[in-house]
Amino acid sequence: MRPMAQMAMVMNLDKCIGCHTCSVTCKQAWTNRSGMEYVWFNNVETRPGLGYPRTYEDQDTWQGGWVRKGNGRLTLRSGGRWKKLATIFSNPKLPGIEDYYEPWTYDYETLLNSPATQTFPVATPKSLITGKDINIRWSANWDDDLGGSLEHATRDPMLKGIEDKVKFEFEQTFMFYLPRICEHCLNPSCAASCPSGAIYKRSEDGIVLVDQDKCRGWRMCVSGCPYKKIYFNHRTGKAEKCTFCYPRIEVGIPTVCSETCVGRLRYLGLVLYDADRVLEAASVENDHDLYEAQRSILLDPDDPEVRREAERAGIPADWIEAARRSPVHKLINTYKVALPLHPEYRTMPMVWYIPPLSPVVDVIKDTGHDAEDRHNLFAAIDTLRIPVEYLANLFTAGDTAPVDSVLRKLAAMRSYMRDINLGRDPDDSIPESVGMDGESLYEMFRLLALAKYDERYVIPTAHVEQAHALEELATECALDYDGGPGMMGESGPFGEGSGELTPVAVENFQMLKQRQTADSMSGARSAESGGEDSGRGRLRGRLNLLNWDGKGSPTGLFPKRSPEEDE
Amino acid sequence: MDTFLWVVFPYICLAVFVVGHYWRWTYDKFGWTTRSSQLYENRLLRWGSPLFHFGMLGVIGGHVIGLIIPKSWTEAVGVSQELYHFLAVSLGGVAGLATVVGLAILVYRRRTVGPVFMATTRMDKTMYALLAAVILLGLWNTVASSIFGHYDYREGVSPWFRSIFTLQPDASLIADAPIGFRLHALLAFALFALWPFTRLVHVFSAPIGYLTRPYIVYRSRDEAREGSRAPQRGWEKAGRP
Ligand code: SF4
Ligand code: SF4
Repeated sequence: MRPMAQMAMVMNLDKCIGCHTCSVTCKQAWTNRSGMEYVWFNNVETRPGLGYPRTYEDQDTWQGGWVRKGNGRLTLRSGGRWKKLATIFSNPKLPGIEDYYEPWTYDYETLLNSPATQTFPVATPKSLITGKDINIRWSANWDDDLGGSLEHATRDPMLKGIEDKVKFEFEQTFMFYLPRICEHCLNPSCAASCPSGAIYKRSEDGIVLVDQDKCRGWRMCVSGCPYKKIYFNHRTGKAEKCTFCYPRIEVGIPTVCSETCVGRLRYLGLVLYDADRVLEAASVENDHDLYEAQRSILLDPDDPEVRREAERAGIPADWIEAARRSPVHKLINTYKVALPLHPEYRTMPMVWYIPPLSPVVDVIKDTGHDAEDRHNLFAAIDTLRIPVEYLANLFTAGDTAPVDSVLRKLAAMRSYMRDINLGRDPDDSIPESVGMDGESLYEMFRLLALAKYDERYVIPTAHVEQAHALEELATECALDYDGGPGMMGESGPFGEGSGELTPVAVENFQMLKQRQTADSMSGARSAESGGEDSGRGRLRGRLNLLNWDGKGSPTGLFPKRSPEEDE
Repeated sequence: MDTFLWVVFPYICLAVFVVGHYWRWTYDKFGWTTRSSQLYENRLLRWGSPLFHFGMLGVIGGHVIGLIIPKSWTEAVGVSQELYHFLAVSLGGVAGLATVVGLAILVYRRRTVGPVFMATTRMDKTMYALLAAVILLGLWNTVASSIFGHYDYREGVSPWFRSIFTLQPDASLIADAPIGFRLHALLAFALFALWPFTRLVHVFSAPIGYLTRPYIVYRSRDEAREGSRAPQRGWEKAGRP
């Protein structure tokens, strides 16, 4: 056994409302630079749908990920090392910009400079690639909410085998949202495809990163990743990818996409896994066994044997403790409701999904039946094969049994909790029917439905010895200025905005944490004490409006009154 | 004059080549890339780029044999002058032709495909001009020397080239070579001087290590980053309106 730690994520798809907030905030944080206009480290797709880049799941075309050879060994689907080098001058499987979409902006000048006219002036779209006028034909979420699906969605690779049964008439179809980020795989094919060895997996927390100084722009990783989550920055000529917001994770703050998620559907936590068995698990023969194999290499942090080995492997004690409290571990291995996305690519992805029950619930509701009754729900899961088969194509390589089991647990939770909410006696036959007991079903409800901030995110910080080395904290000067020459509410020695930047994430963290973990909305008092707590905020006399939830009047919102007025 | 052209100038260029690469490696690892434009356009690149690069590999191989290995050695292993010449012209011609056709496609693509042209820097253009001149002169020499008159570069240019590296430069060896050869050599040295400042540096990143390294690379965070460091190139400052 060789335990290693991995930061992992679970997304609860039932709660995703498709608002794209995660995509937008991630873009603002990481990819709002030239060369990256077309890039979305986080994107939200409507399923059934083509995804971004279009039909990326069709590995017959794109050749991403691994395949198992006849002799039981894994090889990259697009060919081994020699083939990679032979095609290095022109990667035959590289998606073109048209497979993502051609990014654009609008020529707002025409609006501002327009003379008075009879009709409204129009801002024409301009391509961010050529600078010329463009006709917008596609984007990262063109088929959002099944828009245009009558025309496109039949090309969804995941409809294979059930294409004639899925109806795209509005009344008869089902739909859900699938937010996607890099999977930070245990067996990343992007890293394996990189000729320069620039892509590495961090041994501490398993985050997969591209070394920008080592990348030489060979583009093999872009085609190697089956999820198409590596992007080529066409300005710098380097590959870039989701970083799991490592500068934030290192100081114990959730990723931008998780933090800003409106539905609070993302969970972050550690899992321990057995590094010696990754390859073995990724090479099991039958695609249907991959989900179980992947689950089985995750180690149980409550097992003293595992803990001893983990300690011996140099994993700090507080990390092991965090792994025990990890919501991700609970959802994957204790409740067994989280499933990996496309285990058949054999990369051992580490962003897991709780499949949505909503397609089933919606149908029951539409037929006027009680959608919280266990019998109705179970019966519907049994009869509504098409959504279930579709979900199985996404999460279990087509095996419907695990998807069935998860949906039943979610259904059981729904009807069990109704009794409790209505003040009736809980019916213990409900949890039993899905192989759980009342207590764990209730715990699962807490985690999934209440989803408290500090239960959703259990992130051990990187070690204090190294804290000064961390980018987010390295700007000590921000504090040095307090009470220094820059008083009177100014932030730096030469006035507003001068001097070093304050690490925003750190500034926001304390306040956000307080607000998110408080049971009531932060009123005047708590907002004020929030201001007191973060000394920096108080000393500066400034308020971060992004953190204000509209209640009360925190310090700094209004200029100080004179003493007489205060009386 | 001869001494300047055939002794001083090559040494200057080689010095710039070496020091330039050292400087670039130290200060601009981030800029060390192929700057591929495949994302914009693939139809032309799919043909042009492999033709050019594989042709170029052949051409470089040919130069290594022609310039570095003395004539006496090949004769010692029984390769006659005629056989050598035949092989050099035929194989060299094929590789040269592939290179030129590939280059033509790539230059055409650079010029006509909007996004690719927009992504072309001034350095790229200079480099392209010089590279094209060197390649065309080289091909011309191969063709001309087999059609009109016979110049055996292995008696003139090659010993001169070797003499530079053995630090006993002898300008007289090349001084009476045909003008095509002399120009080819001069421009090639100029290209060496330009090399470290262009995207040609990617030649030295040919990822041979890929064949032997393990598939998945693990790295520790400490190793990855020591302390805080200055913002990297490529991360634009967020602009204030
Ligand atoms: S999902 Fe992420 S870690 Fe996995 S292969 Fe793709 S880029 Fe690599
Ligand atoms: S983890 Fe960070 S970088 Fe990755 S998708 Fe989320 S916000 Fe973007």
